[in-house]
Amino acid sequence: MKVAFYPGCVSKGACPELYVSARLIAEPLGLELHELESAPCTGAGVLSEQNRELADALNGLTLAMAEAQGADLMTICSTCQGVLSDHNYHLKRDESRREKANATIADQGFRYEGKATVKHLLWMLFEDIGIDRVAAAIKRKLTGLKIAPFYGCYILRPSEALGLRERPERKTYLNQLIELLGAEAVEYRGATKCCGFPMLTFNRDKALAMGGNHIIEAKEKGADLLVTPCPLCHLNLDGQQPDAARVLKQDIGVPIFHLPQLLGLAFGFEPDQLRLNHHVVSTKGALEKVELKV
Amino acid sequence: MQFTIEVGRYNTEGRYADAARPGEPFPAPWNASPVRRYQTYTVDLPEHAVVLDALIAIREYQDPSLAVRCACRSAICGSCAMWINGHANLACKSKLAAFTKDGKTRVESPPSMPIIRDLVCDMKPFWDKHLAVRPWLENKQPVPPPNQEYRVPNAAMEELIQEVSCISCGACVMDCESFAVNPDFLGPQALAQAYRYVGDPRDAQTKERLGELSKEGGIWDCTHCFECVQQCPKGVAPLDQILKLRKMAVDAGYTHNAGTRHADAFAESVRHSGRLNELTLMPKSTGLFNIVGQLKTLPSAINMARAGKLPPLIHKSIPGVERIRKIFERVGGRFK
Repeated sequence: MKVAFYPGCVSKGACPELYVSARLIAEPLGLELHELESAPCTGAGVLSEQNRELADALNGLTLAMAEAQGADLMTICSTCQGVLSDHNYHLKRDESRREKANATIADQGFRYEGKATVKHLLWMLFEDIGIDRVAAAIKRKLTGLKIAPFYGCYILRPSEALGLRERPERKTYLNQLIELLGAEAVEYRGATKCCGFPMLTFNRDKALAMGGNHIIEAKEKGADLLVTPCPLCHLNLDGQQPDAARVLKQDIGVPIFHLPQLLGLAFGFEPDQLRLNHHVVSTKGALEKVELKV
Repeated sequence: MQFTIEVGRYNTEGRYADAARPGEPFPAPWNASPVRRYQTYTVDLPEHAVVLDALIAIREYQDPSLAVRCACRSAICGSCAMWINGHANLACKSKLAAFTKDGKTRVESPPSMPIIRDLVCDMKPFWDKHLAVRPWLENKQPVPPPNQEYRVPNAAMEELIQEVSCISCGACVMDCESFAVNPDFLGPQALAQAYRYVGDPRDAQTKERLGELSKEGGIWDCTHCFECVQQCPKGVAPLDQILKLRKMAVDAGYTHNAGTRHADAFAESVRHSGRLNELTLMPKSTGLFNIVGQLKTLPSAINMARAGKLPPLIHKSIPGVERIRKIFERVGGRFK
C-alpha cells in the first residue's frame, strides 16, 4: 500500500530511532513509503495559536502534496497528527479558509482541494493495513511483557477533528495492539493523560512532575515499559526521565518505546537495529524479559 | 431497566455502610482528596435516565445518608459536575446507558479537588481562581447615561458567546492536567472567563488584564492537553480561549516570557529551514541570558547526547525551503 509518509521533525532530529524503526517495519507491513521530503513542519500548534493564517498555509501545502501523491498521508507522531487533523478538518469545511491558504501557495504550483486523509500509523494498522496482516508479520511474541500504553493528548483530543466520534475504537488501538503482540496491557489512569512536554520550556518542574507521575503509576501497576505513538511524549518521558526522578525524589527507571520499535521487536528485528540502545533510560531490563540483549 | 451504580463515599466521621469497600489511593497528581470507599447500588430506571436520576433515586428511596449536590437538573446551574467513570461530567446531562462500562457506572467526587462529603467537593479553589481574574467589566469612560444602553457591535458580542455560556460547573478544572500538578495555575475556567472580559469592547482594562495573565500561573502554564475542551458540557472550549489570550498578550507587547520566546524561536526555525531545529529551540526558549534556566536543562542535554540522541549539529533545510520563506513573507505577520 502506497502512503505519503510524513515523518515529522523530531524523528529526523532528537528521535532518529523512531525514523529508523518506522522505515524497518514498513516492509513487513506492506507499506510503500513515499516520503514528503519537501513538506514543512506543522508548527506543532505553536504557530497555529499565534498565526492561524500562516499555519493554514503551511499545513495546506503539506496536504496539497499528499493529495498530489494520490495517497493517504501517514504520520508517526501524534503531535503532527493532531495539528494536521485540526487544519485538515477546518480546511475541508471552511471554504474561505481553504481559499486563503490556496491563495498563499498558488504560485508555488500547489492547490489543496480538501480531499486528503491524514492517518497515524497506529490507525492505519487497524483501518488500512488490517490486523490480520499485522498478526501475520509477527515472528516473536512479546509474551511475558507488561506494557503500559501511553496515548498522549493529540491522538485523542480534541476528538471531533480527530474523527473519534465516527471511530471511537481509535481510543483502544494501542491496548488492542499490545495484546495482539502477545504482551499484557497495563490499565492505568495516566494512559490518556498529558506527558507535560508542551509546558517543558515554560514551567519545567511541573512539566517533569506531570510526566513522571504517570510513569510511576504505570510502574506501580507492574509495567516493564511504556509504549507511545508520539515522539514528543518520548522526549519528555525518556529524555527527561532522570530529571523527573530528581524532581519527584523517586527512582523511576522505566523504558519508553516508540510504537514502531515495539512492532519491530515483534516482527523479529534486533534491538540495535531499532536503536533501542540509544535511549536515555536503559531498555535492557525490559528486553531481557523477552530474552533479548542490547 | 436495572442499572448498577458504584458511588465513591467519603465521610469525615468515618462512618460507612458495611457494604462499602475500601478503594485505592489515587495516583499523583490526582491525589488531592483522601481515599474513599465504594458502595454499590442497583436502581430500576427507564433507559433514557441520566446519572443524576439514579443518584436522586438512591438518596430518596435507598440511602438518605448519600450527599449529592444538584439543583436545576437541566445542565444550567452547574452544581452536579462530578467524576463519572474517571472524567468530569454533569450528572444531569450524562445518560446512564452511555456511561455503563463493564455493567456499572462509577461516580465520585473529583480527586484533584478537596472533598467535603461523598459526591460533594469543595469548590473553594475554583471560586478563588475565578475571582482572581476580576470577572466583571471595568467600564470604559464615559459610561452612557443611566437611561441609555451601552451599544456594542453585534459581531463583538457574538465572539464572546462561547465564554458567556460557562455555567461555572468546574468540570474543566476537575480534569485539568496542569491544575493537578500546579495549584497556582489559574485553570481553564478562570482563563476562559478572563477572555470573556479581555474580548469585551466595553472593558477599559484590556492591556492590564493581559499583563496580569502573562505572569506565572497564567496563560503560559497551560499544558495544551485539550482535556478542558473535551470535558466542558457547554462547548466553552477553554483551551481555545487561552490560545486567543496568548496571541493577544504577545500582540500587546507582553513578550518577556518563555512562551513568546518559544513561539519566536519555533517560527524562526521553520522560516529558515522548513523544519524544527531542536538544538536551538530549547536554549532560545529558556532565554539565552537566563543562566540558571540554562543550567537546569543541562543534565538532560548531557543525558541525551550520551545516548546518541542529539539532533544533527548541522541543521539541514528541507528541499524547496524558498517556498516556505515565501509563505512567511506573505502571511508570517510578526514572524516575517
